[in-house]
This record gives sequence, structure tokens and C-alpha cells, in this order.
Amino acid sequence: MQRDHRGLNFDWITIALFLLLVGFGWLNIMSASHSGEITNYFDMSQPYGKQSVFILFTIGLIILILALDAKFYERFASVIFFVSMLSLVGLFIFGKNVNGATAWYAIGGMTLQPSEFAKFATSLAVAKYISDLQTNIKTFKDQIKTIAIIVLPAVLILLQNDAGSTVVYAAFFFVFYREGLQQIYLVIAVFLILLSVLALKFNVVIASSVAALLIFGHHFLGRKKRPQLIQPIAIVLLCVGVSFGITYFYNSILQEHQKDRISLWLRLEKDPEKLQQMKQTILYNLNESEKAISSGGLTGKGFLEGTRTTGKFVPEQHTDYIFSTVGEEWGFLGSALVILLFVALMLRILYLAELQKSQFSRVYGYCVASILFLHFMINIGMVMGLIPTIGIPLPFFSYGGSGLWAFTILLFIFIKLDSNRINEW
Amino acid sequence: MRKLLLLSIIVVVGLVFISRLFYLQVYNEEPYSLYDDNAIRKVYDYPKRGYVYDRNNKLLVANQPSYDVMFIPREVKPLDTLEFCNLLRITKEDFINFYNKAYQYSPRLPSVFIPQLSRIEYAVLQEKIRKYEGFYIQKRSLRDYQTTIGANVLGDIGEVNNYIIENDPYYESGDLIGKQGVELSYEEVLRGVKGIKFIQKDRFNRDIGAYKDGIYDTLPQPGHDITITIDSELQEYGELLMRHKRGGIIAIEPSSGEIIAMVSAPSYNPNLLVGRQRSRNFSKLYTDTIAKPLFDRSLKAQYPPGSPFKVLNALIGLQENVVTTEEKFHCRNGYYLGSRKLTGCHSHASPLAMNGGIAQSCNAYFANVYRRIIDKYDKPHDGMDVWSNHLKSFGLGDYLGYDLKIGNKGRIPDGDFYDKWYGENRWASTYNISNAIGQGEVEATPIQLANMVAAISNRGYYYTPHIIKNIEGETIDEKYTTRNYTTIDKENFEPVVQGMFDVYNSGTAYSLQVPGIEICGKTGTAENFMNIDGQRTQLTDHSIFVAFAPKDNPKIAIAVFVENGYWGSRFAGRIASLMIEQYINKEVTMTSMENWILTHSLENEYEKPYSGAPFGINRESALQVIDKITKDTVPNPVTSLSPFK
Repeated sequence: MQRDHRGLNFDWITIALFLLLVGFGWLNIMSASHSGEITNYFDMSQPYGKQSVFILFTIGLIILILALDAKFYERFASVIFFVSMLSLVGLFIFGKNVNGATAWYAIGGMTLQPSEFAKFATSLAVAKYISDLQTNIKTFKDQIKTIAIIVLPAVLILLQNDAGSTVVYAAFFFVFYREGLQQIYLVIAVFLILLSVLALKFNVVIASSVAALLIFGHHFLGRKKRPQLIQPIAIVLLCVGVSFGITYFYNSILQEHQKDRISLWLRLEKDPEKLQQMKQTILYNLNESEKAISSGGLTGKGFLEGTRTTGKFVPEQHTDYIFSTVGEEWGFLGSALVILLFVALMLRILYLAELQKSQFSRVYGYCVASILFLHFMINIGMVMGLIPTIGIPLPFFSYGGSGLWAFTILLFIFIKLDSNRINEW
Repeated sequence: MRKLLLLSIIVVVGLVFISRLFYLQVYNEEPYSLYDDNAIRKVYDYPKRGYVYDRNNKLLVANQPSYDVMFIPREVKPLDTLEFCNLLRITKEDFINFYNKAYQYSPRLPSVFIPQLSRIEYAVLQEKIRKYEGFYIQKRSLRDYQTTIGANVLGDIGEVNNYIIENDPYYESGDLIGKQGVELSYEEVLRGVKGIKFIQKDRFNRDIGAYKDGIYDTLPQPGHDITITIDSELQEYGELLMRHKRGGIIAIEPSSGEIIAMVSAPSYNPNLLVGRQRSRNFSKLYTDTIAKPLFDRSLKAQYPPGSPFKVLNALIGLQENVVTTEEKFHCRNGYYLGSRKLTGCHSHASPLAMNGGIAQSCNAYFANVYRRIIDKYDKPHDGMDVWSNHLKSFGLGDYLGYDLKIGNKGRIPDGDFYDKWYGENRWASTYNISNAIGQGEVEATPIQLANMVAAISNRGYYYTPHIIKNIEGETIDEKYTTRNYTTIDKENFEPVVQGMFDVYNSGTAYSLQVPGIEICGKTGTAENFMNIDGQRTQLTDHSIFVAFAPKDNPKIAIAVFVENGYWGSRFAGRIASLMIEQYINKEVTMTSMENWILTHSLENEYEKPYSGAPFGINRESALQVIDKITKDTVPNPVTSLSPFK
């Protein structure tokens, strides 16, 4: 691709997609949070007013990111990671508790959520570590070290009782896989998910039986050598153990509300009376958000015309449930457009990542795409009732300064790295 | 290929999301309607229901405010239950009961706590309601009957039922709708169109303002007032005369088809079906399966018409040229086929020509005429069809098409009817000779008889009877101003009318003459049976009378039916004559006749089948004498229910 060589050779497609998402997101935040007439777009007493300011602030942030030397990010990756981890640890001392999670710093009238920023910091660290010439992701030792880099923030965030944000760190799996993690990990991951669902939906015996059948089947049919017995038996025993472990984890470790969400998703509750009660309480948000989306129809009710949005039927609509506003007011056409914009953005990043000459940039690009993808999948999947409720924001769309800035930084560091591609050897 | 994993997952997830959106928003979703959106509260503004006036512009039905005690369970604060219950005259158990019921329905939505307070109860409560948080009073509009008569004509309004809610989008739960009478027939005219306000709600069901500043809101359109054809004075007089009797009266103005009186006895005070006691009173009226006060005998009761039917046979005989006015028939206390007596008759001069046949109501005369009509054709089937078609042209044997929603077809048999009964061509005119005198298989309702008399009085046509005279700002249905001609030629009516005139002059209604009014009438007596303990038991005959007056330029045609009144002139004839005098002269001079009716009751006659004691029928001596009824006497037991507790 021909690029401008005078220092402005940024990928304008990505930037355009970013602007569209942020702009459209802002309109929807306005719809979801306004009460009465909108007189001032910067009304700081209203979420949409604050979001306007956050967006303005973002412009400065973007200029700063793009102005710094591309090498800065690679060079200071470790430092940034260290500072970020420090900010997470600091929460245990200075953190402010909101909705049961100690995930915020309160500075003046503002709150900052360091876990949002930890995502790009971790991405930088992961990119830095994997791209190190000494590192070979195929070795077990380096796998452990890489995983340690993501486990550290994940655990810190989990300890702040912000399970939703922890889940996002699973995104790095895609990065490792791209960089050469053995196929067997993918198989194990898929297998584990399957095993967990079976163990919870039915019981340990069925889950183990299915697992044993698969493993023995694979073992006897797939190999030409003399069959061994000890290895498959060991694996099956392991599966039984894992099944028990999952069941134990579900019953004894998960908190009540997390259990309920999984229970509803897998349709575990059989007692119709209790189910009805659960639907009215735990699923209240989901019910309302699905109703709002459904009522949008093909073309939606129009901007600021959504009756369920105006009536604030969907709690947290301007944050985690912002997509239901899109559904109600812009209908199928608008919602599908948002999904296409996200898909286009992620594919564009992947495309650019593959073009990178430096491994650091490529790994970082993959991190960006993977993190965006996990947010996209979990948030929209949750709002439409496809996956259990996990409260994480929709990138660029959901209300909130920390989230918007963190995703902007995450994306624009990559745009900066990409613009420097031409200068790499 | 490692590059492709995330890429393909992204694409797949994107597709899954779009499919899910398609399912939720396009495939699974009905088109959006503001009415179905439960984020929008629909507040209805009910218009004034139209008033009902009688033909002399006397107001019969108006509106009155009613007050419901409403409450929102969640907003109820601890209160002095004892005092509150005393105010509303309920027990503490009632209170807990109502509260829990409403709470189960919805703690957030308003529910009716006590419906329809009386004005007095409202006055007391109004000052104190503020003390009870969560309770408030909601005003509604109920009917206010300015009269105690005409319950069967005026009808009533009540809460709309689920069937209508589901099938008519206009009605919402709790709306009031006409249930009977003109309230039902002219529901759409009377109700007007309710206005609607759309109000945006939030998720706690609180109002947060007009939806889109009210651009979809509409104003209520008030209901139209209507004038009905009833003469309320005549109606009231008819109801008075019919007290302690069962049956019906229909009076029609022949020149227009307007129903000027429509009495069904026993009746009830229409105010019983208004207010808090409505459902209690309604079920009392409804469950009275012996007197059946809700059964409109004037429209629905189907009886054998008896002798008034003879005049029709005379008309058909003349039209079919099977008899002349001069020809005389012998009567040997009955009609004989060979030596078999087919029908009996009372003693009178014999032989008789048509005029005497009608005036003396001779059974044998009409048996002869009837046989000639049926036997005029080769097959009795064809004769029967011709006879049947003539009768149907008088509005008999089918719904008349009047503007009240209840009625019966009556029954006029034709050739096929008897073919089915006896087999094809396996019957003759002698098989159903009772049709000659209105007994056999023929049946009619009082309104059909009155209409038939109107057609005779008009000498050959009638207007479809109707109750609507005028609708404010609208015209009435064209079919009520169109003549329906009978199949009988005009000139054939004169001798028959003269015969009916002589019923009064010299015949069976000789004693019922009204000074100064030329009345044409016909008495009737109909045998009737009842199933008592599995036995088909004959009861005292029904007393029937039809009449019109004056003879020329008739103003009123009337049919009176008194169950178990014995013979025609005894109850029905007296009542018809009194009604005619009342309507034409606006006063009643025949005080002794009036006194007789007002001091005689048939209640003991009606109790016979239920008392269990052995009883005889058709006995003059069994007549029950009572104190004279006046307008103010408390009427029949069923009507003594009170509108308010």
C-alpha cells in the first residue's frame, strides 16, 4: 500500500472506524442518559455531557500518543507494565469501592479505573517479552513466563472483585496461539470448555463418559502403533478430576450471583417457580434489554425516540447495556452496522498486524484485536442473551472515561507502531 | 494457518450476532405499535355517554358521577384500619382480603379497593381520604335513570367482558359497555369515542411526561343523545297494569312502525343495575328462573298465537279466492270430519259468514277456510307453502329486523315442515287443522303479533318496528322508513277489519268497548303445557288480545299476552283497551275496568306448578283478589331489591 512518507502515514481506515464508533456511541449515550431537553452537549451533570468532555480529552491523548517516538513503547514497555501493576496494587490501599468492586481511584470529582489501563500495559509487556530474541514460546519455560505476565494483572483484578475484567485476559490466548503455542493447547482449551459445560449441565459421570469415549476413540482409531492403555486411562482420570473440580468450583467457589447467571444460561434451574423468580431478579436487565432490542424492529424508533430507553427500563443502559439503545432506536439496520463496524475494525487491525515487520508490533496488534474481540463478544453477546452476564463495557461505545481512554491508548499505540512500519528494516 | 483462527472466530461471531439481531428484531417481532408498548401508559378520557329521551322528549337516562376508592398497595402506609373499615362499612377481614388480592395483581399499579360509592358514602370519605396514604378516589360516570320503568327497553351498562376485549380493539379492561336494551343496540352512538393520552413511563412505572409532547393524543368525542319511540307514560301505565301478571305488551304506531310501549312483566327497577349492588342484584334477577325478570317476554316469549291468527286465515282465504265474505259455514260446537270432531267450539249463532266468524271467533268457520286454502292445490304441500308465504309477508316466522338485539323467529310451518314430520305426501290439511285457529304448529312473539296487527290496520303494509326515533346529528336506518307490503291485496282487508271492529261491537270483546274510540280487536286463548315431575301437564290458558285503534287512520296497534290469564278478553283484552284509551285520550275513564285489573293478581296461578298441591286449571273462581295497586305500591318481590344498601 502506498503511504504518505511525511510523518502522517497513519492508517486512516482504522482511524475512521474509530471515529465512527466513538461518535455513534456518544449519540447513544446521549439517548440513554438524557432526561428532558438537551440544551448543552457539555452539561457536566449528565453522563452524555461528561462523555463529550472525555472525548475532547481523548483528542489530546491521541496527539500525544502519535507524537511520541514509536520506539518509546517498546523500550518502556516494562516500565509501563510495572507502573500499571503498581497502580493495581495501590487499589488495595487507596481504592474506592463501587458496587462491591474496589477498582477505582477517586481523584477530586473524578474516578479512574486502573484495570482498564492495565490492558494496554499488559499487551506491551506481552509483545515485548514474546518478541525478545531469547524467547521461544514453544518451550514450556517461556510459556510459563509469558502466562505469568498476564496472570499477574488478572489475579490482582480478580482480588478487587472485578471478575468481568479478569475474563478479558483470556484474550491473550489468541496472541500466544498466533505466535506458535502448540496446537495441543487449543485442543485442551476446547476440550475443557466442553467438559465444563457437560459437567454442569448434566453431571460428572456423563461428562467423564463423553470425555473417555472421545479420548479412547482418538487413541485406538487414530494410532497405528500398538495401543497403550496407561496414557489414555491417565487422561480420563484427569478428566474425571477436572469434572469434579468444575462442579466443586461452581458449587463452592463461585459467588451466588455468578452461579445464578451460569445456571440461567445453561438452563440448570428446573423448579419453575424459582426460575420465574430468578428471571425477574437476576435476568431483569437482560429481559429488559432484549425487549428494548426487539422493539426496535427493522429500522428502529429513531434517535431519542426509544420508549424503553427514554423510560430507562434497562438499568446501566448507558454503560454495559448501551447496545440495547442502538437496538431500540436504530433497529436491525443500525445494530447490524455497529457489528459490521466492529468486525471491520478488528479485521483491519489483524490485517495490519500481519503486515508488521517487527514482531513486537505484530504481537501488540494481535493483543489489540484480541482484547477488542473479547469485549465485543462478551458485551454484545450478553446484551442479546447469548452468553451469561459478564459486566464489561463495549469499547468506544459505553459511557466512561477510563474505558474510552484506555481503549484509545490501546488502539493508537498500534496505529503509531504501524505508521512506523516503513522505517523498520 | 495460525493467522486464521482469530480472524475466522471474529467473522463467525459477527455473523452469529447479526443472525441473533435478525431473529430478535425482524423475524420474531410484530410491527411496533404504540398501543402494545408497555413503556407507554395509555390514559383514556371517557366522553359523556349520550342521554336517552322518550318520544315526548322526557329525559329517561342521564349520567351520574360515581366514586371508586382506588389504592396502590405499595404506597399504603400503616393506618387506623378500624376507623377506615368503619367508614367504608367493611370488616377488617375484607380489608386484608382486598389488599392481598390487589398486591398479588401488582403492588405498583392502582387497583379498585371499593367500587362505586354512593353519594353519601363519598361525601363522608372525601374529607378523610387524605389521611390514608396510598388511597385515592377516582371519579367515573354511571347511568342515572330518571325513571323506574322500562328496564327491558333501556337496558344497562356494565364492565366489558374478556370476549369483547379480545375481539374489539376499542375496549379496554374496565370499560363500560351496553349490556341490554337500547344501551346495547345503540352502544356505538351513545358511547362516543374516548380520547387517549400517551404517557411515557419509566421502569418503576412512574409517569415521566407526555409521549412526544402529546402529538398522538386525541380528545374524546361525546356520545350522541338519542330519542326513543317509547311513550314513557304509556309504558309506565302498561307496567302498572301488568303487575302481578306475567307476559308482554307491544304497542306500535302503525303509520311509522315506532314501538310506543314495550312491556315485559315481571320487570324490575333499572336503577337496580347501577352502582355497588349491581352484581348482587343482577345475580338475583338472573337466578330467578321461575319468574325470569330478565327474560323480555315482549320480544322473546314465543307462544301459540291463538285466535288472532284467524284473521290472517280469513285474509288468505279471500286472497286465494277460496271463500267469499258472504259464504256461511255451520258450526255444531266444533268442526267435524265425518263423525270425528277435529276441533271444538263454544256456543254461538250458526251458520256464520266471515264477519260473524271473526266476531264470534268460530273455530269451525276457520277450519273450513283453512282446509280450502291448503286443499286448493293438488298437493297439500303446495297449498301449505302458499299459506306459509302469505303469513311470512306479515313478518311472522322469522326475525323482524327491529333494532333491539334479542328476539325469536316464531314458527310458521310450510310444506317441507310437514313432509319431514309425516313423510312426503303422507299428510293432509286435516292433520294440522289446529293451524286454522292459531294453535297447532304456529308460534309467534308478542312483537310479531303487534306488527301483524299494524299491517292489518294499514291495510296491507308495515314498517319494521323500531325503538329509535332520532339520533342527535345522525339519521336513522333507512329500513325503518320503508314500507314492507304483505301479499294480501288492499281491498281484502276491509271485510276483515270490519270483522275485528265487530269483535268490539257485538263479539267476544263486547264488554271492553271504550267510549268514543272505534277499536278493532281480536281475542285469543292459547292452551299451554308444562312438564311437572315428568308429566306433561296442562296449565290455565294464556290470555291473548290484539287490537288497533282508531279503525281508520290508526294510531296504535297493540298485542297483549298474559300468561295463564285464561281467556282473551279477561286479562289481555282489558289491558289492551285500557292502554288504547290511555294512549289516545291521555286519560282513562273506564275506572271500573282499571280497578279490576289493578285488584286482580295471577301470582297464585303461577305458584300452582311449584306448590306441590293438586290443582285445577281454567277456573274462574281461582282468581286472586289483592289490594289495589298504585304507582307507589312496592311491586313484585323481585323488584323490591334496593339500588343501594
